[in-house]
Amino acid sequence: MSGGLYSTENKEFDKTFDPTKVKAYGDTMNDGKVQLSFTLPLPIGDEAKEAARQLAMKMGIEEPNVTHMMDMGVGYTFFVVYGSCVHSVDSTKIVVPKVETNTMSMEETDEFIRKNIGRKIVVVGACTGTDAHTVGIDAIMNMKGFAGHYGLERYQMIEAVNMGSQVPNEELVAKAIELNADAIIVSQVVTQKNVHIPNMTELVEIVEAEGLRDKVVLVAGGPRISHELAKELGYDAGFGSGTYADDVASFIVQEMAKRGIK
Amino acid sequence: MSKLNLDQNLINRGREAARRIAEDTQKFIDVHSTVAVERTIARLYGIDGVDDAGVPLPNVIVEHVKNAGGLTKGIAYYIANAVINTGLTPQEIAEGVARGEIDICRLPEKPMEEVAAKAQELAIPTVERIKNNRKYREDFIKNIGEGPKPYLYVIVATGNIYEDVIQAQSAARQGADVIAVIRTTGQSLLDYVPYGATTEGFGGTYATQENFRIMRKALDEVGQELGRYIRLCNYCSGLCMPEIAAMGAMERLDVMLNDALYGILFRDINMQRTLVDQFFSRVINGYAGVIINTGEDNYLTTADAVEAAHTVLASQFINEQFALKAGLPEEQMGLGHAFEMDPSLENGFLLELAQAQMAREIFPKAPLKYMPPTKFMTGNIFRGHIQDALFNAISIWTNQGIQLLGMMSEAIHTPFISERALSIENARYVFNNMKSIGDEVEFKKDGIIVNRAKEVLSKAVDLLEEIEREGLFSTIEQGKFGDVKRSRTGGKGLDGVFTKDAEYFNPFIPLMLGGDR
Repeated sequence: MSGGLYSTENKEFDKTFDPTKVKAYGDTMNDGKVQLSFTLPLPIGDEAKEAARQLAMKMGIEEPNVTHMMDMGVGYTFFVVYGSCVHSVDSTKIVVPKVETNTMSMEETDEFIRKNIGRKIVVVGACTGTDAHTVGIDAIMNMKGFAGHYGLERYQMIEAVNMGSQVPNEELVAKAIELNADAIIVSQVVTQKNVHIPNMTELVEIVEAEGLRDKVVLVAGGPRISHELAKELGYDAGFGSGTYADDVASFIVQEMAKRGIK
Repeated sequence: MSKLNLDQNLINRGREAARRIAEDTQKFIDVHSTVAVERTIARLYGIDGVDDAGVPLPNVIVEHVKNAGGLTKGIAYYIANAVINTGLTPQEIAEGVARGEIDICRLPEKPMEEVAAKAQELAIPTVERIKNNRKYREDFIKNIGEGPKPYLYVIVATGNIYEDVIQAQSAARQGADVIAVIRTTGQSLLDYVPYGATTEGFGGTYATQENFRIMRKALDEVGQELGRYIRLCNYCSGLCMPEIAAMGAMERLDVMLNDALYGILFRDINMQRTLVDQFFSRVINGYAGVIINTGEDNYLTTADAVEAAHTVLASQFINEQFALKAGLPEEQMGLGHAFEMDPSLENGFLLELAQAQMAREIFPKAPLKYMPPTKFMTGNIFRGHIQDALFNAISIWTNQGIQLLGMMSEAIHTPFISERALSIENARYVFNNMKSIGDEVEFKKDGIIVNRAKEVLSKAVDLLEEIEREGLFSTIEQGKFGDVKRSRTGGKGLDGVFTKDAEYFNPFIPLMLGGDR
C-alpha cells in the first residue's frame, strides 16, 4: 500500500521556510505530511476505506493514503492514514499565556523564602471533588517528588500539607484557614465531561467568600490544566503536564514576594 | 523447581508471620459487623429496589433497625422474626418498612431457635442460586471453553452501560478474556449501591445490579458466539464492599477487585470498617468461585517501584492469609503486582522480571494479576506502546494469570475502541512469539535477577515480622504501605462499625464457608 522505498511523488512546491505559513513537516520543508488514525462505525471493506479517505480530505489532507485498516469486531473499522495537510499557521501571531516565573532549584527557593519572607511558608494541597487520583498532588507535594524533582515536603522553608484525594472544597479551605496557609494548590486529574470546571470554580468562590483571596496564592495543576484556563477561573496560575514541584514552589514564593506577603 | 533459587525457609517464615498477622486481625473482625455487612445480608435475602426518595431498600431496612438501636443483634434476626410474624417475604417487609407501615423492631419476639431456623431456611434459595451460577460457569468453560492464560483483561469505562456493552463485545471479539467495567469516579465512597440501569457516570459506569445483569447477558451472548467464556469483572471495594460481592455472586460476575488494605490506604476508608467488610466480601467471593484481584500494584503508584517492591510481596502474603481465612482457595487469588519501574532505569527490565518470577514461585497456584505501566506513561503513545510490549514479555515469560492490558493512551483518556484493539494485538503478538521462553531460559546463578529476588524476599520477610510484632493496625498508622499513613479511628465509615451482641448471627457465613461447593 505504501509508495515504495523511494517517494516518487511530485515535490514541485516552495521549500523555503516561511514563519507566517508553517506547514507540517515529514521529510521536506512544506510537504505538510501528517499521520492520523481513527475509527469509523462502518464494516471493514473497500467502502469503509473510501469513507476514511474522503473524511481525511475533508480535514484538509491531500492525497490521503490509507495504509492500514483493522476490524474492530462490531462492524467498525480502524484506519491509519498518511497524507499532506494543506493548512498552515502564522507562527508570528501566536500568543500563549504562560506562568511568568523563573524556576529556581529547591535550595534557591528555600533561600528566596529566607531572604524575602523570613519565615516558613504554609502550603495546603489536595485533589478535590470526586477525583480519586493522588498521583498529581503526590508528585508535587510528597517528600520523594517525581522524576528526580523533590516534592514540597522536602523544602526546609515550606510546611507542606497533602490532604490526599476526594477532598471536598470546604474541607480544603477549612484546613487552609486552620493552618493560616499562604498557598492552596489543587490537582485535577479526572477531566472527563469537564467535571473539573465547576469543581475548580466552586473552590474560588469559597476562598473569596471566606475573604482569603488576597491572602493566599491559589494554584491549580493537572494534565489537562492550562495556565489560561486557571487564570480564567480565577486562579493565580495553572500548571500542565511536565511541571514539577520546583515550578510550583518558585511561582508561589515569587507571587508572595510580589504581593509583599511577609 | 525454583529458577531463582529462593530460600524456602525464608518463604515459610514470611507466610507464617502473615498467618499470625491475619489471625490477630481476625479476632477483631469476628466480634464486629458493619452496616454494609448487614445491608449485604438484606440483599442476599432478596431485598432490592428503592423507596420513593430513591434510597435503596437494604439501606432503608438497616437504618430502620440501627435507629431503633437493634442492629447489634444483626439484621438477619429482625428479617426472620418479621417473616414469622407477618408471613410476608423479606422484600414485602422492606417495602412495608419503607412506607412506614411495618416496624420490625416492635414485632413480638419469637423464640431464638425458631428465628434462627427461619433465618437459615430463608437464606438457602440465594445460596443455591450462587452455587448454580458457579456450576453454570464451570460447565460453560468445560463444554465450550475459555482463553489461555494469561487472560487478557481490558477495561470499559464509557459511563453508559449500553455503550459499555458495545465496547465490551468488540473487545471480546478482538480477543479479550476478561472485561472490567470501571466504576464511576467516587462510587467507592458512597455508602449505598445505586439502583437500576445507568447511562451517566464520570470516568466509569455505576456498579448496579441491573448493570451487572445487562453486561453479563451481553458477554454470555458473545461468549457463545466465540466459543470462549468471557469473564466479567467489577470492583468489590469501598464502603459497599460486601454488597457488591453479593450482587456479583447473584449475577455471576467472575472476577472482583477485592483487597484487604486498598480502601484504607487509597480511599481513606476507616481500617476497622474495611477489615470487617473484606472478610464477608471474601466469604461470598470464595463461595461464588470469583477470582479476587488484590491491589498491591497501587502501592507502586505512590511509592517507588524499586524501593517499595518488598511491600508488594509482604502485602501479597497478608492478602493470601486473609483470603484463606475467608475460605477463598489459592486458585481464586489474583494477587496483584505491577510493571511500574521508571523506564529510564538501567536493567529495569531485569528487576521487573525478578519480581514477577518471584511472585510466580512463591504463589504457584494463584492466577497472579499483573498491572501495566501507568505512572510513567506520558502521552507519548509510541513509547507507551513499547513499554506495554516489554510488560507483555515479562508476563508470558513468568506465566502470569491475568494480564491487565496496558493502553498507549494511559494518562490521556479512557481508551478508544481502537486503542484497546491495538493493545490486544500487542499482547497476542508477544505471547505467541515468546510462548515458551520461560521454559527455555534459566537465570544466571548469582546474577542480577537472582540476587534481586533474594533481596526483595528477605526485606519482605523482615517487614512481615515487624508487622507481626507491632500489629497490622499500627503498621498502617505508621505508613509502611504505599507511603500512606492512616489512623485507626480516622477515615470514612467508622460510624458504620459496631460490636456484635452474643445473640448476633449471620446465617450466610456458615452456609458459604462450610457448605458444599
